[in-house]
Amino acid sequence: MRKFKEFIIEKLILICGIASIFFVALIFLFLLKEGLAVFNIVSPFQFLFGKSWYPISDPPQLGILPLILGSLLVTLGAAIISIPIGVGCAIYIAEVAPLKIKEVLKAGIELLAAIPSVVLGFIGMVTLVPLVKNIFHLPTGLTALSGSIMLAFMAMPTIVSIAEDALYSVPKNYKEGAFALGATHWQTIYRVMLPAASSGILAAVMLGIGRVIGETMAVMMITGNAAVLPQSIFVPVRTLTATIAAEMGEAVVGGEHYFALFAIGIVLFIISFAINVTADFFLHKRQ
Amino acid sequence: MKRNSHRTQKIAFFFLFLATLLIVVPVGLILVIIIQKGLPAINWQFLSDIPRQGMRSGGIFPAIIGTVYLVTGAIIFALPIGLLAAIYLSEYSKDNLLNRVIKLAIVNLAGVPSVVYGLFGLALFVVFFKFGASILSGSLTLGIMILPIVITTSREALESVPQSFREVSLSLGASKWQTIRHIVLPNAVPGILTGTILGLGRAAGETAPILFTVAAFYLPQLPNSIFDQAMALPYHLYAISTQIPNVGEKIRYGTAFVLLALVLFMNLVAIIIRYKFRKKKKW
Repeated sequence: MRKFKEFIIEKLILICGIASIFFVALIFLFLLKEGLAVFNIVSPFQFLFGKSWYPISDPPQLGILPLILGSLLVTLGAAIISIPIGVGCAIYIAEVAPLKIKEVLKAGIELLAAIPSVVLGFIGMVTLVPLVKNIFHLPTGLTALSGSIMLAFMAMPTIVSIAEDALYSVPKNYKEGAFALGATHWQTIYRVMLPAASSGILAAVMLGIGRVIGETMAVMMITGNAAVLPQSIFVPVRTLTATIAAEMGEAVVGGEHYFALFAIGIVLFIISFAINVTADFFLHKRQ
Repeated sequence: MKRNSHRTQKIAFFFLFLATLLIVVPVGLILVIIIQKGLPAINWQFLSDIPRQGMRSGGIFPAIIGTVYLVTGAIIFALPIGLLAAIYLSEYSKDNLLNRVIKLAIVNLAGVPSVVYGLFGLALFVVFFKFGASILSGSLTLGIMILPIVITTSREALESVPQSFREVSLSLGASKWQTIRHIVLPNAVPGILTGTILGLGRAAGETAPILFTVAAFYLPQLPNSIFDQAMALPYHLYAISTQIPNVGEKIRYGTAFVLLALVLFMNLVAIIIRYKFRKKKKW
């Protein structure tokens, strides 16, 4: 009897163990199920590279190039800001900061990671947006630039904590060897630690960018939501994620618009899958 | 030459310090702004009243209750599955392809954009299972979203129980499951609790997954069953900041304050448990 009970429990444990695989597959399948129908209306090429997104005009124009470029622009801006600052902060925490300050800084970073994105979006709306508007004398502060700054901020916790881990796991004798040869602390960091931790830092950057591409609420509240081909970083743009969040409420279940929004979901899923698999590869290469 | 390299080091460390300040100072500013402007809005009426006059006055009680329901539902779903999955990974799995694929799946599950979870919840729970936009659909969607957090932290907790504990138990004739149940699990409880609370905090703050699966724009009564729609704090904050013109500053900051306080409180509890556990640990 006891044997039987344990048999059942162990099977249950196995099932839950593979549940993650099941859920990832389920998410992808249901996105495909609802999204692929859009390709009865437009070709995949037209969908990805079509220049106009007017989903409710008649006939609907379902080209997501403006949205892809919106996402890319905002992400590029966020990456330019967050990579140097994030990696710099990681080096400071891992190598330079005294032990006590280190703990405080790490808690601060954890705190930032915990703030809900809708709260950051709200704060961005009331502080950052007017600031950008006044500094650059723009008609509106809801621009790609504001979105980039806010998203850079949201990518930092990921970049800092993973890059710090990577630096921390560089074997101690590398460092000791460099010191013994007369290198200064900074020379050691720059010439020995950073190259040794490079694949982990690369993974940190990739996961940070993944976070930025997938971010929805803050970006929807701050970037102004204009689904047009962006001309500069000082104009409103709309990202892939914000389009889904903003428009799904009005789309009719089983309509063209609904299919198109799910197809955007497929694009996002594939992007995040590619980023995570590659980052995972770099993280394991290190060990 | 020597002096030169020391000056370089000073300049480099200054910039590293600057980078750190650029992250930490804004975090402090955000907290100060929300506390300073949000705290005065908090009173009993704000917390216990329904929204009135098109959400321009009154309180946020239904949104608080909705969030509590959603978070509870999410953890009821995610904790058992996540814990058993963690037990599998830490106690049963071997270093083989399956194990590798599971870990990759968890990483991917953690990386799926939150709005894609919303789409998934809409397609599977709302439309396919016909649960409609309801607390059930929203809870299940949030539950799958926080699964990776629960699995990862629980697994770390289980793996930090020393191998010798298991060996002693097995050598006394206990079966594998008895060892897990009576030796490994009790020693991992604080870590599992930490993961659970972090998952709760994450579920409480997310907006995109509940947009199409549960969130009601304005619903001045409390939900009666898990098949009802509900208001939720993060969506409420989104709605009064962007969808409705002329909402008083007090109400917006007050809502942001309550949501932030709720999420940070849970994170704080998790950090304290982890800290105490580390101090107490004898091995």
